Amino acid sequence: MSKPMTRHADVQTIPVSFTLNGRLQEIDVEPNELLLDMVRDRLGLTGAKRSCDVQVCGACTLLVDGRPVSACTTLAFEVRGRSVMTIEGLADDGKLHPLQEAFIEHGGFQCGFCTPGMLLASKALLDENPNPTEAELKHFMHGNICRCTGYKKIVESIMAAAKKMRA
Amino acid sequence: MLKRFRLEEPESAAEVSELLGRFGDSAKIYAGGTELLLAMKEGLVQYERLINVKKLTGLSALAADNGAIKIGALCTHHQLETSALLQEKLPTLVKLEQNVANVRVRQAGSIGGNLCFAEPHADPGTLLIALGATMVAEKSSGKREIAAANFFVDAYETSLQADELLTEIRVPTPGANSRSAYLKFGYLERPSVGVAVALTLNSGTVNDVKIAVGCAGPAPKRVAEAEALLNGKSTAEAVSLLPQAGAIAGRAADAISDLHGAQDYKEHIVGVLLKRAFNSMVG
Ligand SMILES: Cc1cc2nc3c(=O)[nH]c(=O)nc-3n(C[C@H](O)[C@H](O)[C@H](O)COP(=O)(O)OP(=O)(O)OC[C@H]3O[C@@H](n4cnc5c(N)ncnc54)[C@H](O)[C@@H]3O)c2cc1C
Ligand code: FES
Ligand code: FES
Repeated sequence: MSKPMTRHADVQTIPVSFTLNGRLQEIDVEPNELLLDMVRDRLGLTGAKRSCDVQVCGACTLLVDGRPVSACTTLAFEVRGRSVMTIEGLADDGKLHPLQEAFIEHGGFQCGFCTPGMLLASKALLDENPNPTEAELKHFMHGNICRCTGYKKIVESIMAAAKKMRA
Repeated sequence: MLKRFRLEEPESAAEVSELLGRFGDSAKIYAGGTELLLAMKEGLVQYERLINVKKLTGLSALAADNGAIKIGALCTHHQLETSALLQEKLPTLVKLEQNVANVRVRQAGSIGGNLCFAEPHADPGTLLIALGATMVAEKSSGKREIAAANFFVDAYETSLQADELLTEIRVPTPGANSRSAYLKFGYLERPSVGVAVALTLNSGTVNDVKIAVGCAGPAPKRVAEAEALLNGKSTAEAVSLLPQAGAIAGRAADAISDLHGAQDYKEHIVGVLLKRAFNSMVG
């Protein structure tokens, strides 16, 4: 019979209190725990994906205090006192965000694996630059890779959402 | 997966140095973690302790200070690319920073971590050498300054001692006649070749020429021989000497053949970038 999991007395844990998608969240983490594992495995929010695991692709993008981070290479304790948004928090009480609507309307995704990261990164972009040029958009988003390579539609979707959000 | 480690969170440079001295090779400074955590996840390195330096709040300062721009080692790339002070005083550094990595790495990664990791395919060190910057290193027993040109020893190796940390970078404030440029080229995630040039331009004559090359070889370095060739020349004369200066800089780059390109190819690119950088300043 397997023994119940016990934590060694000498294992360091760090109490982390933060805002997750607008709600207070309290959780104890070990120093080596990654933000992506905490969010996916312990908090059950599986929208953020692990893909490259080396900060190149953006599939694991989360927003911390509104800015994109690679959750695959961020230690979980770093979100102490901060505000974290995952893709599950983008829609407002079931009402889709204009970016989500635009991605649907303009075909901004195919398999959808990169989409949570694309949406959160582009939200960060539009929050700080509501009227980006296409060049600014591409510069900001160049670390978000789409393996289905539907970049044209992704750019169109974000530009359309930007326009709608400015209106 | 990351192996288990303990986290230390000191609040002063002296405490950091003391921890480094006490735990030696089993402990490592952790800033943004963008390099360190990757190496640890790959299993290339392993530590029993990470020393989080982000509670040293003074290390995030960015200010004009006594004829220099003082950049705290913990300043993130994002902080540097959006700084109004840097935009006014060191626009070349701002442009460089805007093109480091991607938005997420710039958000977490610090300039100190970039310099101390001394990964050969990095941008800031090359420009800082050409700008005549100084690195401030601290340990329990005191502070010292290291010229940027002497900071980089080899790939992944700096002249920091085992119990020293980098606290700030000091860049002399460029004068009205100063010009600088940094150009890089690459087609992988990180740059293959980087070239920085700084000079002063006085009624058609170039002076104080500083040239540095990076990424192509194990560590960024100054190319005094190419500087001497251009120094004191009229801009027209200097422009005509650029092919020669580029060839000298290419050889000096210690270029190696790897995934980023063959040795002779990188040497050639050094010359091309040097020419473009120079022309962008005197044109
Ligand atoms: C996908 C990707 C793309 C990149 N592209 C580029 C690029 O185009 N150009 C470029 O220049 N760089 C590039 N980088 C490198 C990036 O700039 C660095 O990863 C980052 O700046 C490192 O900072 P950090 O704070 O995360 O360092 P950490 O990972 O925390 O630390 C790195 C090393 O420095 C040591 N250290 C950190 N701070 C100090 C200090 N104050 N004193 C002494 N030692 C210290 C640590 O012990 C560790 O060994 C890229 C990185 C990635 C992951
Ligand atoms: S999985 Fe984190 S950036 Fe690719
Ligand atoms: S939609 Fe498939 S990876 Fe982007």
